Amino acid sequence: MPPVIIAEELKKTYGTTSAVDGIHFTVHKGEIFGFLGPNGAGKTTTMKLLTCVSPRTSGTLQVLGMDPDTEPAAIKARLGIVPQETNLDPDFTCHANLVTYAGYFDIPRDQAAKKADELLEFVQLQDKRDVAIDKLSGGMKRRLILARALVNSPDLLILDEPTIGLDPQARHLIWERLKLLQAQGNTVVLTTHYLDEAARLCDRLVIMDNGRILVLGSPADLVKEHVGDEIVEVEHSIEIVTCLEKTGIRFEIFGDTVQIVTTSARDVARTLFEHCQPKKMITRPATLEDVFLKLAGRTLKE
Amino acid sequence: MTLMTLFAIPRVSYRAWKVWYRNLFVFIRTWKVNFFPPFIEAFLYLSAIGLGIGTYVGSIDGIPYVNFIAPAILAISVMNSAFFECTYGSYVRMYYQKSFDAMIATPLSIEDVIAGELLWGATRSVMYVAIMLPVLAAFGVISLPASLLAIPLAFIGGLMFAAIGMCFTGITPGLETLNYPAYLFITPMTLFSGTFFPLALLPAVFGYIAVLFFPLTHLVAAMRMCTIPDFSPAILVHLSWMVAVTGVLCIVSINLMKRRLIV
Ligand SMILES: Nc1ncnc2c1ncn2[C@@H]1O[C@H](COP(=O)(O)OP(=O)(O)OP(=O)(O)O)[C@@H](O)[C@H]1O
Ligand SMILES: [Mg+2]
Repeated sequence: MPPVIIAEELKKTYGTTSAVDGIHFTVHKGEIFGFLGPNGAGKTTTMKLLTCVSPRTSGTLQVLGMDPDTEPAAIKARLGIVPQETNLDPDFTCHANLVTYAGYFDIPRDQAAKKADELLEFVQLQDKRDVAIDKLSGGMKRRLILARALVNSPDLLILDEPTIGLDPQARHLIWERLKLLQAQGNTVVLTTHYLDEAARLCDRLVIMDNGRILVLGSPADLVKEHVGDEIVEVEHSIEIVTCLEKTGIRFEIFGDTVQIVTTSARDVARTLFEHCQPKKMITRPATLEDVFLKLAGRTLKE
Repeated sequence: MTLMTLFAIPRVSYRAWKVWYRNLFVFIRTWKVNFFPPFIEAFLYLSAIGLGIGTYVGSIDGIPYVNFIAPAILAISVMNSAFFECTYGSYVRMYYQKSFDAMIATPLSIEDVIAGELLWGATRSVMYVAIMLPVLAAFGVISLPASLLAIPLAFIGGLMFAAIGMCFTGITPGLETLNYPAYLFITPMTLFSGTFFPLALLPAVFGYIAVLFFPLTHLVAAMRMCTIPDFSPAILVHLSWMVAVTGVLCIVSINLMKRRLIV
């Protein structure tokens, strides 16, 4: 089966800013594919290229086997899009928002009305059916946008920070829904700042920075490859540091904690207890967050 | 932006009507708010200017003063409803409501969206005139059935002013700066386009300026021929002028908006 998205040497520049700077990736059918990266990494710009709302500067791009430059309407007819910035129509109620949006896809009105009710239930907003948009909370708006992205029964979902501002229950609801959609054969591309979300949802993901892809792989592989299995953290003090240097264990210092990456946290923990008398110590599995911080740096960019 | 791209024929599809329909839907839902302004405006103009000032003026070129300004009231309404719909109205939908962003994430293209907005602006003009006509007819200041031609005329004039407004929307830095065309272009045009007095009363240069640069001049003239009625071949000149300007400006305004929104 041909890939759903193929991007090669994809570039987008705004004036002198290279927002997307020559990226390559392929998304396969049925996959949940994630884009991670710090603010300004180029995630939204990439989503805009995929959704045909912004033309690329150079490179090749195929979405559902078509070129966004030449067949935008045919591509968009099969996409479900959640933009980063909420843009529901404030002149309409929840239900009317979905019905009006469905109209843009040439879906007949009675069919759209029925679908809208199903979707409101899907995101558990049936109680807000006839409520105006400005009476919804931020998280409800986000859920409604996801429902809106589904009115045309899309083959490919492109979601830019779909769970931003959601409470834990709502995030779990969205995760569950996305998994369900995946099980029905949909392909999902999403961006997120929540690394636990990415680890849980994505089959494969990329970490971007400065318009470039730093790494691509499955969450588990990335963790194993770039960090390791387990992490031991102890407080940062002169005694601990000298003690660690003596034992020959490799460590890194981040602010007030000292981190040791290892394949056996138990052995490291025992050594530390026996020789260094740490006041506070935790052991935990390595996570995507460790990969992210390692690759994208720990300091905030401007 | 090169001249070529500014005047390139945009590819507009039938989907433009979906944008038109969306605006119509909102309009109908708030019809009470939308129905009364034209009604009241017609009354206000007729009583203040027509009956008030008109008593002193008497008649112009043998036409009672109220009858002279009745077509101007229609033409000014055509101008205002389309111009303001496609400046402040479109700007709010574009910038504050992000409606255009939402629409272009569907099979609609930006060309469809702007074309739909222009058609909607023209439709507002038609509705305005359609509501005003019975009032003017009831006052006996326009003659029927010739005055019914004001309705198709409102569409042409409406589309023209919609396109003019959309050009400004395409280049305005913000909502406030739309006040400039409103005060510096629309207001003088309202007064100096042969609306409340014949252009011939002014030095000839004003007449030339009005004919060349004030689209309202042509709309008022054509409108007046219909409501008096007093047709002359000059109506063809006025119509051709409006159609040509409308065609060019529709194209330019779509391209300006495309440049603004597609980055
Ligand atoms: N319309 C635009 N004009 C000029 N520069 C832009 C535009 N949109 C984005 N950029 C720039 O492109 C770069 C990438 O921005 P983008 O929105 O893609 O980042 P992002 O990864 O989505 O960030 P965030 O996590 O904050 O949403 C940034 O440097 C940004 O300033
Ligand atoms: Mg973003």
